[in-house]
Amino acid sequence: MRSVLAAVLTGCVLALIGCEKKASAPPPPPSPSPGGATAAAGDTPWVSGDTILIGEIGSLTGSEATFGISTRNAIELALKEVNAAGGVKGKKIDIRVYDDQSKPEEAANAATRLINQDQVLLILGEVASTNSIAMANKAQPARVPMISNASTNPKVTEIGDYIFRVCFIDPFQGYVMAKFAHDNLKFTRVAVLRDLGSDYSQGLADVFERKFTEMGGKIVARETYTKGSTDFRSQLTAIKRSQPDGIYIPGYYTDIGVIARQARELGINAKLMGGDGWDSSKLFELGGAAVEGSYFSNHYSADDPNPRIQKFIADYKAAYGSVPDALAALGYDAAMVAVDAIKRAPNFDRASVRNAIAQTKNFPGVTGMINLDDKRNATKPAVVLEVGKGKTKYVATIAP
Amino acid sequence: MSDFAQHLINGVAAGTIYALVALGYTMVYGVLKLINFAHGDVMMVGTFLGYGVAQELGVERQSTLWGVLLIFLAAMAGCAILGFVIERFAYRPLRDKPRLTALITAIGISFTLSYGFQLDFGPLPGAAPRAFPEVIAPREWLIVGDRSVVIWNWQVISLAIAIALMLALQGLVYRTRFGRAMRAVSFDHRTAALMGIPVDRIIALTFMLGSALAAGAGILYAIKDTAIQPLMGLYVGLKAFVAAVIGGIGNVPGAVVGGLLLGLVEEFVVGYSSSSWRDAVAFGFLILVLLVRPGGLFGRVAAEKV
Repeated sequence: MRSVLAAVLTGCVLALIGCEKKASAPPPPPSPSPGGATAAAGDTPWVSGDTILIGEIGSLTGSEATFGISTRNAIELALKEVNAAGGVKGKKIDIRVYDDQSKPEEAANAATRLINQDQVLLILGEVASTNSIAMANKAQPARVPMISNASTNPKVTEIGDYIFRVCFIDPFQGYVMAKFAHDNLKFTRVAVLRDLGSDYSQGLADVFERKFTEMGGKIVARETYTKGSTDFRSQLTAIKRSQPDGIYIPGYYTDIGVIARQARELGINAKLMGGDGWDSSKLFELGGAAVEGSYFSNHYSADDPNPRIQKFIADYKAAYGSVPDALAALGYDAAMVAVDAIKRAPNFDRASVRNAIAQTKNFPGVTGMINLDDKRNATKPAVVLEVGKGKTKYVATIAP
Repeated sequence: MSDFAQHLINGVAAGTIYALVALGYTMVYGVLKLINFAHGDVMMVGTFLGYGVAQELGVERQSTLWGVLLIFLAAMAGCAILGFVIERFAYRPLRDKPRLTALITAIGISFTLSYGFQLDFGPLPGAAPRAFPEVIAPREWLIVGDRSVVIWNWQVISLAIAIALMLALQGLVYRTRFGRAMRAVSFDHRTAALMGIPVDRIIALTFMLGSALAAGAGILYAIKDTAIQPLMGLYVGLKAFVAAVIGGIGNVPGAVVGGLLLGLVEEFVVGYSSSSWRDAVAFGFLILVLLVRPGGLFGRVAAEKV
């Protein structure tokens, strides 16, 4: 009896699987010719009816989740505004968002999925350079335009002519902080603590060390840490011995708060300095009083009275209830640069949209005037912010 | 010289946490011969429970003694229940299956907890790290020279708790009826059942005890390193496992010694060379110990008489 039942059940299940397979198997998609010569007007699977499909990849979970979430929020806000104003060439823009769990291998998988399965026009993202590089390595061979919103490592756009970014690059950020430490703070002895596993942190630290030495300062200690560890006392004890005026820590906010607390706990009073990876409202929660008085370079300041910036801040606050961080501002700009390029492109072809992005000049973004240079990087000034009680204060603007 | 002293203090503080987590690993292994890879994640759940209770109590910076006790007890009780549930529904059905099956299940539980806790709905915490309140008001207990060596009260308290728990566990295993039953189950659970020992109950209690220990260790960890996030258990769990193996897995004092040794080795490697060597040296140390003493420092190879 049981075996009969089992046989019947198995049969049903098999039949079901068979049906399912038949029903869900899509007609083989016309494989996009990798040569890029997709000139035919009808050959744009990302345009269907009155929508244009674009893609985004972000760290919605994992260690850098606040970056990904504020980026996604801002892109959503930008597209909502664009679509409410009638869209682009009469078409609404639709976005497919994938989470990469803050991991480069997941970012690469998501990029493959956006390119082959969803067939999007272009891809926005990521924040972490390591993840952007993984995505770009998929987007470039497939000739899919990609705009990274906040990856500052130079290698990202070096991958190929379809890869762009709307932020400045690491050499510039390292230079900004070296100049600020030397000229404004009058520091002569600085220790550097970098995250070994992060392209971003390595890039900033290298340039900082070089520029600061060139300006006549001295790097008195070089220490490293690896992502995932929460005990930095051994490195800090070694740094303490070198008696620096300041410590440059170009890491992410997730680690900075803990590092700051442990530094103060060990009796280190040197000023801490960093880059845009510090920018998160979580920094104040994790670092408490220990991070107050530290400095970091950033893409924009929410204190800026410019009406374009203040309107963005007000809209973002109304939609998500918090002050947008720089990553939100850059996400918004990345989406707007993409929309602007789609508007200017003669058709919806990926190659023409790529050319339109490359021609972006004097685009008024929230993070300043965006000019894309011939290396597909944005050139614009950076700001230095001081960390205060629960908020940051604008200190200086440093031009390229 | 003062550097060396400070490194020593840092290393002991880091090792204390490894030791506490390793105690739970060792207990479960001792009884079940199962490497409970979810142990570090149970610790993570414990810290989030403690965090939740602290939020409820409105603890911002420091707390009364009762508040601290309540945070510890709530986290430990919650994790004991979690440990019971995991054992009852994930491990018990597999007890007579090949050991590999239970091991894979343990990895599955570990991922379920660490990634499940990254979801952002209901009481789940979401992925972003958060700051654990300073429930024990930090006080400097010893300052040498011009703050060149600093010891904090919580470092001493953690170490005292770790040693007290080790002694208590040792007493429990070797001096109580429950401990004798545990050792009997560890030796041969089928024969133990024939002798009238309630094997299921003993194993469930061992799991609850181990999970409660993990929660306690988690809170001490959070007091030490402030930032807590759902993936924290993977890293600490792995290190504590190494510590337990170095000390001789299944051996209670071995877990504590292994934890302290590992903490010190890591501290001195990072302090005097580079952090990139930390894990390489930690695992190299493990291999070295196992080459010389395959059973770990305190491991026994001889059969035990019950």
